[in-house]
Amino acid sequence: MKVEISKGIEELKFALLSPEEIRRMSAVKVITPDTYDDDGYPIEKGLMDPSMGVIEPGLKCKTCGGKVDQCPGHFGHIELAMPVVHIGFIKEIYSILSSTCSNCGRIKLPDSNLKEFFEKIKDTANRLSDIEYDDIVSEVESDASEVVICPHCHFENQKVALDKPTTFREEGKKLTPKEIRERFEKIQNDDLPLIGLDPKVARPEWMILTVFPVPPVNVRPTITLETGERSEDDLTHKLVDVIRINQRLRENRDQGSPQLIIEDLWDLLQYHVTTYFDNQTPGTPPARHRSGRSLKTLVQRLKGKEGRFRSNLSGKRVNFSARTVISPEPFLSINQVGVPAKAARELTVTETATEHNFERLKELIKNGPGRDEAVYKPGVNYVYRIDGSRIKISEKNSAEVAEKMELGWQVERQMEDGDIVLFNRQPSLHRMSMMAHEVRVLPYRTFRFNLAVCAPYNADFDGDEMNLHVLQSQEARAEAEILMKVQENFLSPRFGGPIMGAIHDHITALFMLTYRNPLIPLETGLHITSYIDVDRTPETVEVDGKRYFKGRDIFSLILPEGVNLEFKGKLADKSLDPNGTEGLIRIEKGKLVNGAIDENAVGQSKGALLDYVLRKYGNAEGAKFLDNLTRLAAGVISFTGFSTGIDDEDVPGEAKAQLREVGNEAVQKVEKLIENYKNGLIGMEPGKTLEDTLESMVMKALSQAREKSSEIASHYLGMDNSTVIMARSGARANMMNLAQMAGIIGQQSIRGQRQHRGYTNRTLPHFQKGDIGAYARGFVSSSYKEGLNPTEYFFHATGGREGLVDIAVRTSRSGYMQRRLINALEDLKVSEEGKVLDTEDSVIQLEYGEDGTDPSRSFEGDSVDVDYLVKEIFGTKYEGGKK
Amino acid sequence: MAKYNILMHEMVPEHWLVPVKEEENILKSLGVTKGQLPKIRRTDPVIKTLEKAPGIGEIVPGRIIEIVRKSRTRGIAKIYRTVIGE
Repeated sequence: MKVEISKGIEELKFALLSPEEIRRMSAVKVITPDTYDDDGYPIEKGLMDPSMGVIEPGLKCKTCGGKVDQCPGHFGHIELAMPVVHIGFIKEIYSILSSTCSNCGRIKLPDSNLKEFFEKIKDTANRLSDIEYDDIVSEVESDASEVVICPHCHFENQKVALDKPTTFREEGKKLTPKEIRERFEKIQNDDLPLIGLDPKVARPEWMILTVFPVPPVNVRPTITLETGERSEDDLTHKLVDVIRINQRLRENRDQGSPQLIIEDLWDLLQYHVTTYFDNQTPGTPPARHRSGRSLKTLVQRLKGKEGRFRSNLSGKRVNFSARTVISPEPFLSINQVGVPAKAARELTVTETATEHNFERLKELIKNGPGRDEAVYKPGVNYVYRIDGSRIKISEKNSAEVAEKMELGWQVERQMEDGDIVLFNRQPSLHRMSMMAHEVRVLPYRTFRFNLAVCAPYNADFDGDEMNLHVLQSQEARAEAEILMKVQENFLSPRFGGPIMGAIHDHITALFMLTYRNPLIPLETGLHITSYIDVDRTPETVEVDGKRYFKGRDIFSLILPEGVNLEFKGKLADKSLDPNGTEGLIRIEKGKLVNGAIDENAVGQSKGALLDYVLRKYGNAEGAKFLDNLTRLAAGVISFTGFSTGIDDEDVPGEAKAQLREVGNEAVQKVEKLIENYKNGLIGMEPGKTLEDTLESMVMKALSQAREKSSEIASHYLGMDNSTVIMARSGARANMMNLAQMAGIIGQQSIRGQRQHRGYTNRTLPHFQKGDIGAYARGFVSSSYKEGLNPTEYFFHATGGREGLVDIAVRTSRSGYMQRRLINALEDLKVSEEGKVLDTEDSVIQLEYGEDGTDPSRSFEGDSVDVDYLVKEIFGTKYEGGKK
Repeated sequence: MAKYNILMHEMVPEHWLVPVKEEENILKSLGVTKGQLPKIRRTDPVIKTLEKAPGIGEIVPGRIIEIVRKSRTRGIAKIYRTVIGE
């Protein structure tokens, strides 16, 4: 099946409205600047003449006889007493004035030249390049406007100047629009193509207005306020001005008033017509409303972010959607979303009554529009009968309507548990920014979801809001459930691993539950297991006559059956856990045998265990595992309790002394290096100047100091410390953060270099000129806990500022880069055979990604995870030659 | 300087002119028409160089070029382009 392009715009053509055409399309000649009389009826031949369309329901249009929704509206017109310039064509008028002869109306170029240009136009007309045509037109213009003596009639032309916004002057003498119009009338039709006009549809004199079109009332409707007061549209206000001045101008002209008065009125008319088109014309004071607000006229209606295009055409508001603040709820599944009852009553799903749902819908209608109850019961807001008429369901008529319901009625049912909705957070940067969730109607006013789902949406709860869309058709629901459900988006197409996973407290909790396999008293253990959805408890052990569960046994409850897995946890790093065995996580036959569960097991985008469960047991089982995991973690951590404070970074006196020693040593080492440098004892490193060499040696010395302080801090702060638990398990922070709080903050840098900018030869006036020692270049030997001294504080702030600026610059730049990429690739598709095609069915790639592999189903970029297969088939790891 | 044969450069993938006899078979196995394939101009330096190779002669628009290049995902990927005028 070959698909042709369904729609294509071949050409757009713009033309000018001629005075005759304006009169022809006009339904009424407007002569009165008033709108309504005292009784509220529109005045004949006024601005609200009923011939220009109807806006009030019940009335009929005088021109076409249509009612409100049938009549498209009709233009009227105003006969201007004197012609005025159209502000939208000011540039064109100027260029035509300067390139044509004021005497004979020809383009001021010799016939031979003109002929040449005509030949060129013919060429481009055949090759259909508008840009080339435009280039020729502007070439003609620039050539012709240089000429003084007309080659056709030998008249000596004078230079025309544009006095912004609308006045033209010739050698200081004002050119009236009337004169301009007379000149334009002389221009021959044959010359027009070289000016850029098509004589079939446009004449230059039509750029000077003699007749003024009045838009239909539909375009500028009267608004009736609640108080019964009427308020006219800005455009109507402007039209009133135009008519009023036009009338005065006509009277004065006919009476033969002094030229000065007529000219003033003429200018005023020009001003009103100009602001009617564009109220932000440079050089013109904007026309204002009585309140001082500037009027929104034609150009303002279309232009900019709030204009018709960006606000109403590219961006439309959408029905069946809701937006509110989000908050966490660990008892919801990752596939669910909590919807406030208030929103659920407004959001509806339209169902057609059939034999199969008849009784159910009847019951729903009986519920009425819903009342506030402890348990949410969905009701019905509206029903539509077969003829399309709508009935609003109220408490009173609900029972009656329910009885009358027939097959084929449409019932707008309120949202209920289990409905499928789309949930979205902006900016929607990847496909996981919009996923399908199952509704749970909950009390209060926020949307709620499982914490593991924060990652794909990049959401937190510091006031973020999210949008929700209710699906309205069976097809949409089916598609969303198969393709967009949260569990179907577990594996990210970005790196082929799970993007959702345990975060923060989940990791802390599971780590505490499994680290060194603690004994959990029976009652506590039972309480914790009550959080999860399992039907068994682990075996107990007896110690000193009391019964206990083992932490790892409790964790094993949530593992799917038959998990066999061995991998390295964060503690496998010997520097973190020198003589422990907790780093080797071993799961045999669905039981955690050894190791502490940490970020590497269940964390988002790196959890090996989570990845394994997903690949082996599928998305549904993976979702169940993560649901149970979050609940278990919530149970553990709410029972044990967990908190951290700055006191966690208290180190004993001897440690403090050691840390101080490390700081001093480093500073002295730097001084020594500088001395050596000054004495010429330092040799250059390859590719570096002497200064660079010194700099890199200093940096090395100082970073060693921080490492040493980190070691000391780690030595004195053990696994009984909350912050250490968080850092070791990967829940939050790392050992370096900890060392900065307890020991030495370290070197503050700008663009990877030591702080060096500031005053002449020094960073701050607190240092000697030429001092390049540790402290003078931004080394901070204090800790966060102790506090920084003023110069250190300053350097720290400078370094911190760089980070913030970097983020701001990076996000905007990468955002724009991604946008361009998306726009370039948005309409490529993968065909059923796996080819990548564009909208013309041209081949982009013969096979998707050249290997036809879906990255979200790949294993870290490889199509097949051979190690995994070997282990699954042979039961043991292939130990032979590893690549 | 002697003119360098760009096809010998390590960054330029292998280009082969597909014999007319085989064109139909290849298109059939790919399931595409000549018009759907990506294009390559006959003025392209690679085509000009190919034309100079012994036994090839002028390459007219409509011929198919097979390009064999290294691929990060597949190892070696074969793609095809149709020669066009200009």
